[in-house]
Amino acid sequence: MTTSELTLPRNVRAKRRRGRTGAGKQLHAGPVTYVVLTVFALVSLAPLVWTAIAASRTDRRLAETPPPLWFGGNLFKNLQTAWDQAGLGTAMFNSVVVAGTITVSTVLFSTLAGFAFAKLRFRFSGLLLLLTVGTMMIPPQLAVVPLYLWMSDLGWSNQLQTVVLPSLVTAFGTFFMRQYLLQALPTELIEAARVDGASSLRIVWHVVFPAARPAMAVLGLLTFVFAWNDFLWPIIALNQQNPTVQVALNSLGTGYVPDQAVIMAGALLGTLPLLFAFLLFGKQIVGGIMQGAIKG
Amino acid sequence: MSSPKQALTHSASSADTASGSSPGAARGAHGRLAPAGTGSWRSRLYRWDMKASPYAFVSPFFVLFAAFTLVPLLYTAWYSLHHVQLSGLNHQTWAGLDNYKNLLSSDFFWNALRNTLAIGIISTVPQLLAALGLAHLLNYRLRGSTAWRVVMLTPYATSVAAATLVFTLLYSWDGGMVNWVLHFLGVDPVNWRESDWGSRFAVSSIVIWRWTGYNALIYLAAMQAIPADLYESAAIDGASRWQQFRHVTVPQLRPTILFTVVVSTIGATQLFGEPLLFGGVSGSKGGSEHQYQTLGLYMYDQGWIIGNLGKASAIAWSMFLLLLIVAAVHLLLTRRLRKSS
Repeated sequence: MTTSELTLPRNVRAKRRRGRTGAGKQLHAGPVTYVVLTVFALVSLAPLVWTAIAASRTDRRLAETPPPLWFGGNLFKNLQTAWDQAGLGTAMFNSVVVAGTITVSTVLFSTLAGFAFAKLRFRFSGLLLLLTVGTMMIPPQLAVVPLYLWMSDLGWSNQLQTVVLPSLVTAFGTFFMRQYLLQALPTELIEAARVDGASSLRIVWHVVFPAARPAMAVLGLLTFVFAWNDFLWPIIALNQQNPTVQVALNSLGTGYVPDQAVIMAGALLGTLPLLFAFLLFGKQIVGGIMQGAIKG
Repeated sequence: MSSPKQALTHSASSADTASGSSPGAARGAHGRLAPAGTGSWRSRLYRWDMKASPYAFVSPFFVLFAAFTLVPLLYTAWYSLHHVQLSGLNHQTWAGLDNYKNLLSSDFFWNALRNTLAIGIISTVPQLLAALGLAHLLNYRLRGSTAWRVVMLTPYATSVAAATLVFTLLYSWDGGMVNWVLHFLGVDPVNWRESDWGSRFAVSSIVIWRWTGYNALIYLAAMQAIPADLYESAAIDGASRWQQFRHVTVPQLRPTILFTVVVSTIGATQLFGEPLLFGGVSGSKGGSEHQYQTLGLYMYDQGWIIGNLGKASAIAWSMFLLLLIVAAVHLLLTRRLRKSS
């Protein structure tokens, strides 16, 4: 967003900025801004840090009145207990499988559909796109009763495909890819491939996928976060015998293991993979969310 | 949750540009590529490919949507007119409007509706106000601006389940962090689990914590698209920073603000995981007095804890109706706002 300004020589930028006093965009943040932002940052991070602190204590200590403000010595013991008793090992494995499958398929299908909506001409494309966006209004609650009945009929209750199948593609992903390809994929490139006699599938493979790669990566990250954290349908479809991370955390919270320190260790374990993802790809995730908001 | 947020923004504005992008081009290429004689099956195949492949590309979405949303949605309506018990899934008997009558005469239903609205308001309003302020700050030229943004977004990485487990402990009566801090401020401890408004506020605070940074990024993106000369002329007119924020930033953000209001409202009507886990062992009741049982929670309780799936289906459709009413009100308000301005 500000790249064009960043590439300008320093003195030019300074001059331009002086001409634009008052624009919040160009103003340097004062100390008050940093103080307030720090407060926001503390509020954002403190619960996570405190999760780790609580996970390193004992259940008894957590019920005493000045709550612990620094780490104790029980972290690894509690992590071990959470891992063993709440089935977090299985849960992590299942969540990786579920979120991984959903991510790959969502990115693939969304790119195909997004490409068609952005660059191909076909009857009813405008109407179909509107319909796609409209489906995002429908609450998931409206589908869970029949889905549950069907999955039971199929004998699939408690199996991973139950939670994978309904999430294989999203309206959001389709729209996101369309918005990106509209700008990032030059129509001439497709024309040229057509002139060479390339079939649509070849065009997708050799022209669309390379052009869409950055957006596919961002969509993949957003989808993974979403799938990892999905809650309603997994806790209906799965139980503690074969849980995802969220199902295991739900069992922890509803008294499966009545030890608060172990519960916090479980919450910590269940969040760590995504925190790692944020540490590595935070910039891309932030960019993706902001892109989704302004493109169009 | 995340997904609908972003994309709805520009649906209307961009839908009409979809089709017109490459008509002539495709036709031109096609004409050149149909040489007479040699391999007419080839050119036929080519033409077929041109015609069919767009539909093939969009079909996975529509097939999956039909199979896992549209058809189930209609079946939910069908089941809501039947007696369906979790214990005997194959014995479904016609119930007419019994499930709906049952709901309308149930105190718990109205209680859940009131709670959904109350928690929806006390979680959405402060959340969006805070997000707006935060976006304004993030819009300054900052040292390490990306790092600040990522930090504000970390609560979004925390799942509903993990966040609620942590907040439940923070709000606990014995040794809870929140009451301990209140004690230092000279405030009496609050029973966050049992009191009516205390518990509703606690549940809302989880929503606020998870979504403020996310909404701030949406606002920030919109703020960066505001042309700088609007601020210039405001500054020439002698507007202070606060006046610029009120009279330039906020009006320019109006479409984005309305959009986030809609999306947060959709989220609020579906609120489920936070109150469920905040309630602990008997979570689906939403507290000892059902003081934070939302519609989403009520549906789960009736369907999977009590085992009345017919009634749960009726609740699901009431949630949808509620959403449609809210959407209609929103549309009316928007139109009126637009007229008045």
